Amino acid sequence: MEKSKNNKVVSYNKWGYIFLLPFLIVYTVFQLIPLITTIYNSFFENYRVGLMQVGPNFVGLKNYAELFATPDIWQYLANTMIMWIMGFVPQILLSLLLGAWFTSPSLRLKGQQFFKTVIYLPNLIMASAFSMLFFTLFANEGPINSMLVGAGILSTGYKFLSHTFSARALVAFMNFIMWFGNTTILLMSGMLGIDPSIYEAAEIDGASSNQIFFRITLPLLKPILVYVLITSLIGGLQMFDVPQILTSGTGDPSRTTMTLIMYLNKHLYSKNFGMGGALSVFLFVITAILSILVFKFVNSKEVK
Amino acid sequence: MRKKESQMNSSSRVVCYIVLVLVSIMCLFWFYLLFVNATRSNSELSRGFTPFFSTHAAENWHNLLHGTLPILNGLWNSFFIAITTSVLSVYFSTMTAYAIHAYDFKGKKYIYAFILGVMMIPTQVTVLGFLQLIGKMNMDDSFIPLIVPAIAAPITFFYMKQYMDSSLSLSLIEAARIDGAGEFRIFNTIVFPLMKPAIAVQMIFTFVTSWNNYFTPSLVLHTDTKKTLPILIAQLRAADWLKFDMGQVYMMIAFSIAPVIIVYLFMSRNIVGGVSLGGVKE
Repeated sequence: MEKSKNNKVVSYNKWGYIFLLPFLIVYTVFQLIPLITTIYNSFFENYRVGLMQVGPNFVGLKNYAELFATPDIWQYLANTMIMWIMGFVPQILLSLLLGAWFTSPSLRLKGQQFFKTVIYLPNLIMASAFSMLFFTLFANEGPINSMLVGAGILSTGYKFLSHTFSARALVAFMNFIMWFGNTTILLMSGMLGIDPSIYEAAEIDGASSNQIFFRITLPLLKPILVYVLITSLIGGLQMFDVPQILTSGTGDPSRTTMTLIMYLNKHLYSKNFGMGGALSVFLFVITAILSILVFKFVNSKEVK
Repeated sequence: MRKKESQMNSSSRVVCYIVLVLVSIMCLFWFYLLFVNATRSNSELSRGFTPFFSTHAAENWHNLLHGTLPILNGLWNSFFIAITTSVLSVYFSTMTAYAIHAYDFKGKKYIYAFILGVMMIPTQVTVLGFLQLIGKMNMDDSFIPLIVPAIAAPITFFYMKQYMDSSLSLSLIEAARIDGAGEFRIFNTIVFPLMKPAIAVQMIFTFVTSWNNYFTPSLVLHTDTKKTLPILIAQLRAADWLKFDMGQVYMMIAFSIAPVIIVYLFMSRNIVGGVSLGGVKE
């Protein structure tokens, strides 16, 4: 960038604006205006009772007060976070392990391309199809139960979707399978970026491979780990397809797998724009705070 | 000392391979079950699980085609939206990145910071206003609101910008200018072709994201024949599924994910390479 500055002719630079126009127009129309009207909506009472339309009437912060006063939102926030953590912990651990193995110069694993291809595959699979598949596989009379009973592990089929823990675990497990390959590849590029002479020095000093991993790799990976953590958290807050299809939008058993976006989706279907707006703003604020944290980390790294 | 070390390495290598094979099985097992079950008839499926392929794939496929779900429409709709989305997104994101990369103009710094800043805003938080807007524009139940917004794709833009920083030399553009080529022509005939590797990666990612997208299309599309595959799958789930021919259900799922798997088999090297390139700059 720096180099080019000197030999630029000013008259060309209006083309910068021209080439930016499509982006700016489309972004303004389809993202910025909707964001503003979403916020605007959150201050209005606007919903339907049967066929009767209530509002829109300006009500100030009443939607927010109502949103935070009911236990629903806290329950759904808790559901979302629990399912995210249940998926994220195994995901980051397995990704660290596989990343360390793939990049280890002393192991020199063969067939890496094959394994990377396999573990990344689930990330590209349609989440709704994947959860429909899990729904049929883990159904009461489905193949998994048939296998478990056949192998003598269970005497009768286990109702995976009728118990809170197993239903949440299924959602978390699907998220884990879909995302650990992606995380592994991200961590690997971080690990490959570490100066190999640091490792050589440690080896000469007689450090064991465990010591090298915990004392060198992990601390140097901290920025990328934070990046993975926060982007995964932002993604986790958007959790929708998997629990929506798995439970057909009910969040069963007794709404313990209902996520925040599923709640938003309900408001959108019932055209409760006031509450939907307040919920959207709530999600927007959380995401914005998390994004700022990401930028702080990425930028502070660049300064160094 | 050396001998001991190499023995240790070979034994730990064995452990690694065992774990890797187990992890691979964990990833692929579900798809194996899916494809086996898609070849079995409903009565075979209700008798319990067997790990072997059966002979009813054609029958399931025939039943699915002549069933109640308009799956061929769904296939076409998904394909049409995904291909137009990826073409628009890649072309215009490259153009936006080029504007920032190759020109100096007032406010450029702020526009760049703005695009990076909005990169993480999820579509879900603006979807309420988005639905109201397309209602007012009479674009409800149409493909336009699913396709046109792809022109402004901050993540694709970011990837393109990164790629340009690493491999698009401005001296080439200067040379073209001296030869008297116009700016728009330079972009289309020189810059765009030079971006081929990045374009291929982003085409695939945008295509797959659109193909798999469920949330927004399900809120926009209402007519059955306009629906995309993920919405049809959700309908299948919401229907009283016990009445269904399970062979058809498995066939439907297999049919929805097969195109992506086939593309992946041919392009996996580019895709996996693209992920690490697009992540964080290191």
